[in-house]
Amino acid sequence: MKYTPNSPTVVEDMLRSTGFSSLDELFTDIPEAIKLKRELNLGSGRGEIELTRELKGLAAKNLTTEDYACFLGAGAYDHYIPAAIDQLLLRSEFYTAYTPYQAEISQGILQSIFEYQSMICLLTGMDVANASMYDGGSALAEACNLACTNAKGKKVLLPDTVHPEYVQVLKTYAISGKMDIVTVPSDRGVSDLDKMISLVDKDTACVVIQQPNFFGHLEEVEKLADAVHGQKGFLVMAVDPISLAILKPPAELGADIVVGEGQPLGNSLSFGGPYLGFFAASKKFLRKLPGRIVGQTTDTEGRRAFVLTLQAREQHIRREKASSNICSNQALNALAATMYLTLIGSTGLQAIATRCHQLAVYAAQELEKAGLKLKYQHPFFREFAVLMDDPAGVNDRLLQNGIIGGYELPDAMLLAFTEKRTRAEIDRLVAVLGGRA
Amino acid sequence: MSKLIFEKNHKGSNSFTIPPADIPEVDIAATIPPSFLREAAPHLPDISEVEAVRHFVDLSHKAYGVDNGFYPLGSCTMKYSPKINEWAARLPGFSNIHPYQPAQTVQGAMELLYNMQNLLAEITGMDAVTLQPAAGAHGEMTGVMVIKAYHQHRNDHHRTKMMVPDSAHGTNPATANVVGFDVIEVKSNSRGLVDLEDLKSKMSPEIAGLMLTNPNTLGLFEEEIQDIAAVIHEAGGLLYYDGANLNAIMGISRPGDMGFDVVHLNLHKTFSTPHGGGGPGSGPVGVKSHLADYLPVPLVVKENDKYVFDYNRPQSIGKVKNFYGNFGVIVKAYTYILALGAEGIKDAAQQAVLNANYLRQQLKKDYHIPFDRLCKHEFVATAKTQMDENGVTTLDIAKRLTDYGFHPPTVYFPLIVKEALMIEPTETETKERLDDFLQAMSAIAEEARNHPEIVTAAPNNAVITRVDEVTAARNPIVKWEDNF
Repeated sequence: MKYTPNSPTVVEDMLRSTGFSSLDELFTDIPEAIKLKRELNLGSGRGEIELTRELKGLAAKNLTTEDYACFLGAGAYDHYIPAAIDQLLLRSEFYTAYTPYQAEISQGILQSIFEYQSMICLLTGMDVANASMYDGGSALAEACNLACTNAKGKKVLLPDTVHPEYVQVLKTYAISGKMDIVTVPSDRGVSDLDKMISLVDKDTACVVIQQPNFFGHLEEVEKLADAVHGQKGFLVMAVDPISLAILKPPAELGADIVVGEGQPLGNSLSFGGPYLGFFAASKKFLRKLPGRIVGQTTDTEGRRAFVLTLQAREQHIRREKASSNICSNQALNALAATMYLTLIGSTGLQAIATRCHQLAVYAAQELEKAGLKLKYQHPFFREFAVLMDDPAGVNDRLLQNGIIGGYELPDAMLLAFTEKRTRAEIDRLVAVLGGRA
Repeated sequence: MSKLIFEKNHKGSNSFTIPPADIPEVDIAATIPPSFLREAAPHLPDISEVEAVRHFVDLSHKAYGVDNGFYPLGSCTMKYSPKINEWAARLPGFSNIHPYQPAQTVQGAMELLYNMQNLLAEITGMDAVTLQPAAGAHGEMTGVMVIKAYHQHRNDHHRTKMMVPDSAHGTNPATANVVGFDVIEVKSNSRGLVDLEDLKSKMSPEIAGLMLTNPNTLGLFEEEIQDIAAVIHEAGGLLYYDGANLNAIMGISRPGDMGFDVVHLNLHKTFSTPHGGGGPGSGPVGVKSHLADYLPVPLVVKENDKYVFDYNRPQSIGKVKNFYGNFGVIVKAYTYILALGAEGIKDAAQQAVLNANYLRQQLKKDYHIPFDRLCKHEFVATAKTQMDENGVTTLDIAKRLTDYGFHPPTVYFPLIVKEALMIEPTETETKERLDDFLQAMSAIAEEARNHPEIVTAAPNNAVITRVDEVTAARNPIVKWEDNF
C-alpha cells in the first residue's frame, strides 16, 4: 500500500514546474557519502489483505481477557468499557487533529479537555488539573519534580508500598540531580507511619503515598500530611480513580498534588499503553503545573470560548527555563476518560467501585475458607495479596483452568477484582488456589 | 454556544447499570473503616446515553482533523492516518491483553515489539531501540538521560552542558534542562544552518553533546553534518538526533550513517499514527552499540524462538514509564511500515519533499521566503511583505486560512525567523489540494493589499471569533464550577 496520492504523471508535472528533472534531484543537498546506497531491509509493501492476515496472525498468538477471566491488576485493570466510547473516539475530527493551538477551529477539543479537567477535580477534590500526562508513573515523577522545584529541599520520601514501576520511573527521572529519592521500608503491607514521620525534615520536598497502595491496602494519610506540611513540604498522592467513587478525596486528606493512572476510566488494557496519567493540584500550583491547561474565556463578541492557557509555563515558550519538557500528552485517552465518566455517571461509578470491593471481599473470605491466608491484614479496596509458595506455578495451573491469575510477588499472589468478574469465576479461582481443581 | 456537559445534567437520566450481584452485598462501612470513606459521591454529570453521544458528536463538529482537510502544520507531519492502522490496534488480541500476563500468553505482542525494534533500527541506522517513551519529548528525555548515564559511567562528571541550536524545537532546551544540563545555544549562519565556527568556539570538555534536528526546523538539510559530528566526537561529546523531521529523509539517508549516536522518533509524525488532538504519541529511541547498555528496561529479545523481556541490564537508566510503551500506537506504526515496505517508505519521503518544494516555488509570488532554496519536507515563509505594506500579521493570515477551510501552518516558529509561517504539506496531499491552498494564500495576499480589515478580523466563519487569551491567563478559569 502507498498513501501518496499523486499519479506518476502528476509527479512529473510537479517536478517540471518546480524546476527539477527527477526525484533524486530533490536530495542533492545530502552529501553522497551519507546517502543510503541500498534499499532499506524492510521487505516489500503489503496490501490490506496481506496486512490483515499478518496482524490477525500476531494478535491470535495472544491470550486475551475476553477469553479468560483476568485477576491481574497491579496498576492496570480489566474494566468494562461502554460501547459508545470507541465509536465516538473514531470521530476523525478528534483523533486526526493536532493539539488545539488554533482555538477558533478547535473549540470541541478544547471544551472536552476543560470538561476532563473539571471531572478530575471533582474526583480528587483538588482545585486544578492539567490536560493529562503520559501515565501514572511518569505523572508521579513530574509531581515530585514539581514539589522539589517549589520546596526548599529536594528529598522525596516514599514508602515501599508504592507501585515498584512508579518507584523505578521516579528514580530514573532523578538522574536530573533535582530530586533525592528515599524509600522507606513498610510495615506489614502499609507504610510505617512513625518511621516516615521521623524522616520528614526541612529538606523534605514531599512525601508520596499511594492510595490504595500497591498491595491494595488503604493508607493512613492525615498524620503524614500534617508532618510534611509542618516542614513546608508537600503531600503527593497517587490514587486509583475508580476508588475515588467511595474513598475520601485526596484534597480532604491534605494532598497538595494528586496523580494517578487513568487507564481504568474507559481505556483498554492494550498491553500497557497508551494510558493516561492524571495530574491535579491545589491552587497554589496553577501557574507551575507541567503540561497543557485549558481555560475558559470569551471571544471578541463576548461568547464563552476555550483556549490553551498559562502557556508561559511550557517548553515552547520557556525553552531551557521550563521545569517540564512535556509537549504531546495523552489527549485521546483523556477524552476516553471524559466519555467514560459521562456515560457511567456518579451512580455508575459508585456501583462499579462498590462491586469491585465486594467481589474482593467475597474472594478473600472464600480463600480463607479454603485454607489460604492473606499476606497482610488491613482494609483493602479491590486488591489484596494471598500467600503461596510458588505463585508462578500456581499461575500456570490457573491458565490451564481458563484463568489469568494475579501479579506474582515472591511469596504471594496479588489479586485484583473489577465489576466484570463473577461469583462463578471467583469460585473457580478459589478452587484452583485451594487445590480443589 | 455549546453547553458544558455539566449544564446538561438531569437528575435520574443516566441509566448505566452493572449486572445484579450474585454475591452477598455487604455494607462497605462494615469492611472499610468510615474514616476512609467519602461523604458524598463526586458530582459527575447525570445524563442519558443518547444525550452523551450527541454531546461528543457536537464537540467533534467543532474540531478539525487531517480527515477534514489540508493540515500543513510545520514540524508536526500531519499526514493521513491509514484506517487499517486503527483496525489493527483494536484487534482483541492486542487491545485486551494485560501488561503483566505471563510471557507465553502474549508471544504475538512481544514478537511485534521485537520486530518493531529491528525495523526502526534499520530505518535509523542504529544498533538498539527502546519503544518505551510515550511521546517525542519523552524520547528526547530518554535519549538525553542515556547520554548523561554514558558520561557518568565513564566518570566524566564535568560534562554538564548540552548544546542546542537556536533554531531547535522548544523541547530540546527544555529536555536538556529537566535532565540536569545547562544549555548552550549554537547560532545559525546566514544560510540557516548550524554555524560551524560558532559550534567550534563553544566546544569544551564540559559539553555532553549536541541536540540536532536534520533537516532542521527551517526544512534545510545540515549539509556539514559530517563536520559537525567530527567536532562533537573529537571533543568527547555525543550527537543527538531529534527525529521530528525524519519524514524528509527516510530510506534516503540514515542518522546512524551521518554520525549520530542517539535518535528519537515520533511515530505519530513519521509513521502515520494519528495525533489524537494532542496524543497519544510514541517516541522510540535508537542508539549506537556503545550506548545500548543504558537504554531503559526491558528490551524484547529472542531466546530459542521465544520472545522474552530482558530486565537484566545493570547499566540501564531504569524505566521512563510503566510497562513497555504506548503499545497500541506501536501496533499502528508497525502496520504502516509493513504496508509501505522499503519502497513505500522512500516514496513517502520523496513525495513529501516534492510537495514542499512545489509549494515553496509557487508561494514566493506572494510571500517572502527567507531561505529560498532546495528544502526538504517543509519550508518557512513569512508575512514580512504583508506586515510591512498592510499591517497584516502571520497570525491574521493563519486565522484567515481557516475561513478558506485550511488548517493554518505552524506560526511564529522557528524563533529565528520573524513572522514565520512554517509549512509542511506531507506526502499524502494531491497537487489539487496544494493548488487550492496556494489559491487561498494568494487570495489572502490580495485581501491584505486591498481589504486588510477582512484578514485582521478573521476568522469570520468559525464558531467563535478570536479569543481573549489575556483574560484567560490573568483570571484563569480552569474547571467548571456549580456557581458559574
